[in-house]
This record gives sequence, structure tokens and C-alpha cells, in this order.
Amino acid sequence: MTWFTGLSTVAAVIGIAIGVLGPAFAMGRAISSALEAMARQPEAEKSIMRTLFIGLAMIESLAIYVLVIILIVLFRNPLLEYIANG
Amino acid sequence: MRLNPVNGGELSPAVVFHIGPLQLTATALTTLGIVAALGLFVWLLSKRLRDQPGALQTAAEAVYVAMEDAVRAVAPDHVKLLMPFVGTLWIFLVVANLTGLIPGLHSPTRDLSATAALAILVFFSVHWFGIRDKGLRRYLRHYVTPNPILLPFHVLSEITRTVALAVRLFGNMMSLEMAALLVLLVAGFLAPIPILMLHIIEALVQAYIFGMLALIYVAGGLQLQQLKQASQGQD
Repeated sequence: MTWFTGLSTVAAVIGIAIGVLGPAFAMGRAISSALEAMARQPEAEKSIMRTLFIGLAMIESLAIYVLVIILIVLFRNPLLEYIANG
Repeated sequence: MRLNPVNGGELSPAVVFHIGPLQLTATALTTLGIVAALGLFVWLLSKRLRDQPGALQTAAEAVYVAMEDAVRAVAPDHVKLLMPFVGTLWIFLVVANLTGLIPGLHSPTRDLSATAALAILVFFSVHWFGIRDKGLRRYLRHYVTPNPILLPFHVLSEITRTVALAVRLFGNMMSLEMAALLVLLVAGFLAPIPILMLHIIEALVQAYIFGMLALIYVAGGLQLQQLKQASQGQD
């Protein structure tokens, strides 16, 4: 293991930790507000649920972006060939 | 070792065979298989529709009614127009996402090429339905309302939401499959089954969300003009 792969691994682990933290907080807030709204207005459940699902998908995609970037860093790092050759 | 996720073969689909310069990947083959199977199933189903429906017809009708209700809740005036496209997306995505559970098969939606193709389809159908409904001039005008300064932002949002649509589905399906694989490597036989259960739920949710977002984008292209028409009618 070269210093570069070690560094990549550390960066990936820290990156996914931070990258999941934000969406987790955001999802918690979204769900708690949706529950509150549903408790106040149970008849609006359908539209609240629909909006909630779409909002969750939007928030979740942030975490997914982080995951995709990290998979690229781990498995398909484009900088690797420069390191190997240089 | 086949199971090793570090092996690049897991991030990109395996090439099954070549026809000249054309590479036929596992994704393309699975997609064709799913389309053929669904088409055959629906064709057989439509052959024997009865007034007194059997179990299969009742189930199919329930699925159709559920989808139609979901479309009607978003775009009440365009159910007939949007239902074929969105319903097809939903049915195909549910089947495609669940295909990953069959041993030996990968779900086509874990390949970025497949999800990107679907997202591009959604991108074009937004404009197609919008232009078909209201005409080219009226449709293009909504890009420069309320102010032409907003034109770059409109264009940017069109592009980013298409990319987001593709990456979201791809990332979800691939990460689920990879998580199951990693648990299998770490813990061994039968251990990934709870994760596979999560896979079922996630596959259904992601299919729902993809279709719903497509529906909302298309309905947004249609209804923007309706709102404008209504406000112009009041003036």
C-alpha cells in the first residue's frame, strides 16, 4: 500500500462520514415536520406524504453523490496513473 | 475472485459478447429480457380480459387504478396524456430494480448507462409534452418568465435535475448491491439476507420516486402555462 492509497482511504472514510451527517439531520427535520403537519391535519396526509417522499429523495441524493464520489476515489481514482507513473 | 467488489467488474457491467464493434453488456441483455417478458405478459393478459375478472386481471386492474390515482393527484387535467409514459416507467422500474434479487442477474438500473438513458427520456418528454400541449412559442416563453435574466437558471435546473435523476437511481441500486456483497464477504453465507430485504423496500421506493419525479417534472412543464393562462384570464 502506497501513501496515496492510504490517503485515499482516509479521505473516503472521513468524506462519507461528513457527507452522511448532513442529509441525516436534514431527513430528521423533514420527517419530524411532516409528522407534525400530519398530526395537525390528518386529512392532508396524502399530499404531505407525497411531498415528504420527494423531499426525502432530494435530500438522499446528496448522500448518494458523496457515495458515488467516494467509490470513484476508492476504485477508479483518475489521479492514480499520474502517481504510479510519476 | 468473482466476489471482490474492488475488482472493477463490479462497478461497470460485464460485456457478454461482441457484434462487430458493438459491445452487448449484461445490462442491455437484461433490459431486453425484461421488456420482452413484460410485453408478453401484458399481451397475454389483454387477450383474455373479461367482465367477470379472474385473480390476475383484478390484480392488474388494481395496479392500474393505483397508478392512475397517483397521476390524477398531481396532474388532474392530463391523466390520459401522462398515464402511458409514467405508468410504463413505474412498471419497468419496479421489475428492473427487483431483477437484482434473482441469482445470477444484475438489475439493469445499477448501471449508470441505463439510468442515464431513462433520465434523458424524461428530459425529452418534459419538452415533448409541453410543446405538444401548448405549442412551441408558448412553451419556450416560460423560460424567460418572469424575467429573461432567469434563463440560465432555468436551463441549469433542467440539466442538473436530469443528472440528479440518473445518479440517484444508479447510486441507490448499486450501493445496495455492493452493501450486500460486502456483508457477504465479511460475514459469510446467508448473512446478507436482512440487507436483501432492505433491497426490496428500497427498490420499490426508488421506482416510485423516479416515476413521481418524472411525473412532477412533466406536469410542471404543462401546468406552468396553465397557471399563466389562468392569471391572464383574470387580467
